Amino acid sequence: MQFWIIQGLNSLSLGGLLFLLSSGFSLIFGLMRLANLTHGAFFMLGTYLGAVVLRDFSGLNIWVTALGAGIVVAAFGGLFERLVLTRLKTNPLGQVLVTLGMAFIISDACLVLWGGDSIPVPTPRSLQAPTRIFGFVFPTYRLVLVGVAVVAAVALYVLMDRTRLGAMIRAGVDDRQMARAVGIPVSRLFTIVFCLGAGLAGAAGVLGGPILSAYPGLDADMLPLALIVVILGGIGSLFGAFIGSFIIGFIYTFGTTLFPELAYIILFLPMIFVIAFRPQGLFGRVGA
Amino acid sequence: MKWIATAIFAVVALLLPFFSGDFYVNLASQILIAAVFALSLNLLVGFGGMTSLGHASYLGVAAYIAALLTTRYGFDHGTAALISIAGTVVMAAFFGVIALRATGLGFLMITLALSQVLWGLAYRMSNVTNGDNGITGITRPAPFGLSLDTPAAFYWFCLIVTVFAFVMMVIFISSSFGSSLKGVRDQPRRMAALGFNPWMIRWITFIYAGFWGGVAGLLYVYYNKYIHPTSLSITSSAESLLGVIAGGSGTLAGPAVGAALVLLLKNYASAYIERWNMLLGLVFLFIVLVMPTGIVPGWHKLMARIRGRAS
Repeated sequence: MQFWIIQGLNSLSLGGLLFLLSSGFSLIFGLMRLANLTHGAFFMLGTYLGAVVLRDFSGLNIWVTALGAGIVVAAFGGLFERLVLTRLKTNPLGQVLVTLGMAFIISDACLVLWGGDSIPVPTPRSLQAPTRIFGFVFPTYRLVLVGVAVVAAVALYVLMDRTRLGAMIRAGVDDRQMARAVGIPVSRLFTIVFCLGAGLAGAAGVLGGPILSAYPGLDADMLPLALIVVILGGIGSLFGAFIGSFIIGFIYTFGTTLFPELAYIILFLPMIFVIAFRPQGLFGRVGA
Repeated sequence: MKWIATAIFAVVALLLPFFSGDFYVNLASQILIAAVFALSLNLLVGFGGMTSLGHASYLGVAAYIAALLTTRYGFDHGTAALISIAGTVVMAAFFGVIALRATGLGFLMITLALSQVLWGLAYRMSNVTNGDNGITGITRPAPFGLSLDTPAAFYWFCLIVTVFAFVMMVIFISSSFGSSLKGVRDQPRRMAALGFNPWMIRWITFIYAGFWGGVAGLLYVYYNKYIHPTSLSITSSAESLLGVIAGGSGTLAGPAVGAALVLLLKNYASAYIERWNMLLGLVFLFIVLVMPTGIVPGWHKLMARIRGRAS
């Protein structure tokens, strides 16, 4: 019983991380029609920044670090969007290739800067003691992580559904040309959403650090998970990304513990199923 | 002029092992293998308008099947090659059914996700694939009793296969089927209205490209006598896609030129710096921003401009 509950919690916390990662990916894709293959690298950059900062300044709080890394990665993403992606507005394939090239550059730069050995990220001291609920023992950090993901989901929901900015973004997702015609500054929205997505990925990277630790190839491990979440949940849908993240979190966690060698195949079954019967994803707004 | 250049190129290619050292002969073999691979990817990217980021799957799976069958299960090379190509084609047919539910970026994401799944399998299913250690001890086949162990013999073998592959792909593209493929790339709705089945045309092309990707995979594993999960990685897919785009997607010879350039760059760069991935990324940025249509079309444009000025 303890096994199932602990793995269930692990699934939830991975799902939470995946939500932080893939919600940005999904929004960027929905608004900009851009498959941002740098997203896994943004996540990894966040993890490395967090790992190095927390290692060298041990007094620092992980939440502050996550916020800081999120801002740094968001700024980097914004520069990339402004300087490179906007030049390729008429060339969607070129945009994808450039994001892929950027992903290679970032992951190799991390290897140069911080070496090939994995750098652990310590669990915050205040959250190291396990929590007991109904006689079961839970790692506190993972519980908090699930809470953070839920808070982020609610915040994103409020942002998208209750604010003027969110309304403009939704308009841009549904019909970019029409949104432009009624005076919405769509290209500024592009930058905002790209920064937001990159920042979320960077912050998620720091928060995922204590679970995953920073290692070369983290980007290549996370990117396909984000892709599968988004294919599953539906492109451009926050709710789809939320549900998809937790489905994949559960499948991946239980897959890797119960059938470690087949985890990847198990991961890929729900994707095939969804693509076969509902190509736009479970809650997709736009066709890919 | 064009014919003379082609003839000189053919003679040089044929006689290369007589006047150059083993290093360059081996390099040339690698270029030929990369060229077959890029040409097969170009069927999808250039002529079908389907940008795949998972083409390494076919190379890697064909190589893995051939390696496993010959080293572990004692199959002879002929049977192993047939089974591995058949297996690759079946896999391409299956992946095609999944990936072709989407077009454009959705197609790209699905092919990428599928190939990452295979890459993960190659790493983690270590009782079958030997994981990070890769599979060693693969031998080269000896068709008709001729050994391919010397660089020159293997080079000629690659040359024959490459020329055959090139001719087969040119026939494919210039056939009426190839025309309908280009039609589906440019105007899928009109083609559907004319009674063509765009899905079926794309699917057949996908399988055909997978077949030649598998052939490249066989050559690859015979050349290296070794296979490692990195052959299935996104870097491997991206390198060949870069070759196709750098050379000019949708041209016949462009991808071969592009693949050769990427390979040469990789070879020379890795002699000086370790950071191949970073260089690859920078080249990607450069090509996409500066030469979006590729080298071969760019060259033609340049020549046309010079000729126009001369007359």
